[in-house]
Amino acid sequence: MTAPALPRTWTGRLRARAERALPPEQLLPDHQPVYVTSWIYVFGVLTLAAFLVVLVSGGVLALKGPQWWHRSSAGHYFNSLHLWSVELFMAFMVIHLWGKFFMAAWRGRRAMTWITGAVCFLGSIGTAFTGYLVQSNFDSQWISTQAKDGLNSAGVGAFFNVLDFGQMLMWHIVLLPLVVGFVIGIHILQVRRRGVVPPMQLDPRDVIAPEVTP
Amino acid sequence: MTLFLGAPIDLNHVGHYVHWGVIQISVANLVVILVMVALFVLALFLPFPKGRDRR
Repeated sequence: MTAPALPRTWTGRLRARAERALPPEQLLPDHQPVYVTSWIYVFGVLTLAAFLVVLVSGGVLALKGPQWWHRSSAGHYFNSLHLWSVELFMAFMVIHLWGKFFMAAWRGRRAMTWITGAVCFLGSIGTAFTGYLVQSNFDSQWISTQAKDGLNSAGVGAFFNVLDFGQMLMWHIVLLPLVVGFVIGIHILQVRRRGVVPPMQLDPRDVIAPEVTP
Repeated sequence: MTLFLGAPIDLNHVGHYVHWGVIQISVANLVVILVMVALFVLALFLPFPKGRDRR
């Protein structure tokens, strides 16, 4: 019996690698371990749901522009929807972080899941910050003039200028959402690959995720 | 109705702050943090509804 031949093209090799790392039943599972039946495991998906509302409401704001979100009832509504979905996004994410921290959720070859989550958190803070800078009101003026001194003292003011509305708008609606969205995607794939971390009191043999050949 | 809904979260005034030594925090932020801690504790102890098909 001979081993199946390895694909010779890069697309074939990439497909074979993706299939080994994430078989379909692992990528879209229809069952989870019994220990997942706790409210603390819900906050990850709540964060994701809030993130989708942030993206959709932000997309509507981008379509209509500042005159609309400052001066019309529907604009006020979507402006508030964007703000409060961000508030919920950050709150759910922090509770998710607390839960995972006290579970030591990096156990069982899950370090990359933990690291991508931390990067999402930091990226989200930057995205929220630039969002506050582009409200185009007195609040954003106050925040930007206060922040410039701190950022200049850290030496980043030359290429990250909080007083430059256009630059901050691009960071807020293009660069940072792309980065955060991409890292969230990697984070979710890592959760699928390694599985949800089990409670610490389980047999250590169960804690180690199944070996997956990269 | 707007007045009724706006009263508990009226932001149209100077914020209230809590001072405790070197710590200074707005009441609004403190309330948010306390609600998050309460949610965290509830999530740990509230029973989760049973699903239809559990393995």
